[in-house]
Amino acid sequence: MEAIVCQNLVKTFPGKPPVEAVRGLDLGVGMGECFGILGPNGAGKTTTLEILEGLQDPTSGDVRVLGKNWEMDGAEIRQRIGITLQETRLSEKQTVAETLELFRSFYNRGLTLDASIAIVGLESKRDSRISTLSGGQKQRVALACALVGDPDILFLDEPSTGLDPQSRQQVWEVVRALKLRGKTILLTTHYMDEAEKLCDRLAVVDHGKVIALGTPVELIRQWGGGNLIELGTFGPEPRREEILQLPGVSGAKSVTDSRAADGTNHLVLRVDRPHETIPPLLALVEKSGAGLSSLNVRQATLEDVFLALTGRNLRDETP
Amino acid sequence: MNLDEQLEVNSSPQSPMWQLILARVRDFYREPAAIFWVYGFPLVLAVALGTAFRDRPVERIPVAVTNAAGSPGPLWAETLESLGKDPRIELRILDSSQASKELALGKTALVVEVESAGLVLKTEKNRPESALAQGVVEAVLWKTKAGSASQGSGSAPVSGKAENRIRVEETAETGGRYIDFLIPGLLGMNLMGGGLWGLGYVTVDLRVRKLLKRLIATPMSRVDFLLSLVLGRMGFLLLEIMILLGFAWLAFDVSIHGSVATLALTILAGAVCFQAIGLLVASRATSYEAVSGLMNLTMLPMYVLSGVFFSSDRFPQVVQPLIQALPLTALNASLRGVINEGSGLAEIYGNLLILFGWAAAAFVLALRLFRWR
Repeated sequence: MEAIVCQNLVKTFPGKPPVEAVRGLDLGVGMGECFGILGPNGAGKTTTLEILEGLQDPTSGDVRVLGKNWEMDGAEIRQRIGITLQETRLSEKQTVAETLELFRSFYNRGLTLDASIAIVGLESKRDSRISTLSGGQKQRVALACALVGDPDILFLDEPSTGLDPQSRQQVWEVVRALKLRGKTILLTTHYMDEAEKLCDRLAVVDHGKVIALGTPVELIRQWGGGNLIELGTFGPEPRREEILQLPGVSGAKSVTDSRAADGTNHLVLRVDRPHETIPPLLALVEKSGAGLSSLNVRQATLEDVFLALTGRNLRDETP
Repeated sequence: MNLDEQLEVNSSPQSPMWQLILARVRDFYREPAAIFWVYGFPLVLAVALGTAFRDRPVERIPVAVTNAAGSPGPLWAETLESLGKDPRIELRILDSSQASKELALGKTALVVEVESAGLVLKTEKNRPESALAQGVVEAVLWKTKAGSASQGSGSAPVSGKAENRIRVEETAETGGRYIDFLIPGLLGMNLMGGGLWGLGYVTVDLRVRKLLKRLIATPMSRVDFLLSLVLGRMGFLLLEIMILLGFAWLAFDVSIHGSVATLALTILAGAVCFQAIGLLVASRATSYEAVSGLMNLTMLPMYVLSGVFFSSDRFPQVVQPLIQALPLTALNASLRGVINEGSGLAEIYGNLLILFGWAAAAFVLALRLFRWR
């Protein structure tokens, strides 16, 4: 049985004009999998997640969570899932332990108070009020609230957005630990590194649809190319047709260029084997009479995947 | 991190309702400002208004004269004449029961009862203006006696042994001073404010903070949630009432004339009514501004119209049916009835029905409109 399945999910918010947040989205998340929904702001990630969490009704489409549907078995599903919302302001006056005790009381079975505090590493803050915690610590309390019912599936909406690097690491630690314990996790993110580090599989979502699906490695191989050479030159522009014919350069569409403000030319080449491409590339630059200002070789990331898929950067707002 | 050790699982959770109530209570008592506004402010108002209006100088002393001698005799005429002449006294002739009632309500400071053989001055010992009135009336009657004596006439009925004929009867009919009027009004106002804040504002606050949404994503029962708000509120309320009434009793000698059970029922009706209205106000609002506006819209007219600080009788007759139908008017009238006049259920059930009517209508509407997200 798959942990989560949704087929042809559609959510349209009424209005003038109506907002089509989700337009025919299919997903399947296996048991024990950590699945990421990656996409820019406004792509429909949160709406999708909230439909799966039973917090919103879909306009149409079929949703199954743990083989059950929300209309018939909502109460049962709620006992077996844990969620964090993108933003929840827990009551500032309550302590960590009090907050978790409240959430624990809603579930038939679940973690002991101490276990839920330990798993997010907040033992020293057990009796501190929420108001005294840092953003990262608050996020870990929110995670503990999601965990306290010992759920089979965790839904995490942008679990590390807005946190400092150290807090992000701590949140990731918790998610990894849960993964190891075999929990099914569905998270949304617009951070490439988060998706790459945590997720077994990813769906890239844009304009309410899945536009690519696979493991991070597959996606990078398929859409980002193995390696990228970033070349900066000044003077006469090297002829692109010639560069594209160099050994190891794959795919014309993977070449992008832009003319920077300082008059240098920047080229990004998708290549399979950089060591074969670089010597003739340098020779070509020299022959064209241009000077070399920079040369970088790096591995493609999901950022490049997204750019290749949509022509936009992930952090851009959806137009 | 050794997860297997840490992921200790148990299956004996606390009662969710109790946990929700606890959360409410903590939220409240850990906010010192809230405690002041709920418990302190009404006392400040009581002291300020109670003191201010107690010290107001009496310009003309209202005195009622009643005839207890059957047919009006010479003593009656003479009493009326001598008291009527004095510019400090505002004299009215009333029948006996009406006079006692006005004395109890503070509309008259003193009742002079004319018997066939003498006068009875009925005073209200808790009221300074009553003692003042007694002094003035006695002085007037003494002067009459002195005047009569100088004319050498022994036949004047008030003169001569007038001092023997004047008997003073003290009653302790508290319930007619301004403070007696004010305390039930403040109690009603508190019930209204408490219900609207305790359910209305608190709910919207949870909604704005997305905590409401977070809670309904858990298996929490929505009935538990709503009941926890109501029961938490009732707990605070009990304390509020005891403090306000206890203070009024100790500082101003305001006592409860009716039965405590009737008072409790009245308070319960008021509390339920305004909590339902609070829930209605909160059913859709998604911002603090919106809920504050709605709460003010609800409360402000009733502060003015419903007889908190002054009697709602002062508004024109045309609008009275409307004013009488307002929940706070009904609540204040019932509270004053029970506390000041010792009314029982038979006298106040109409107003209680108004309160329960509002409660039922608001609650049904609130549940229909309520948005959990």
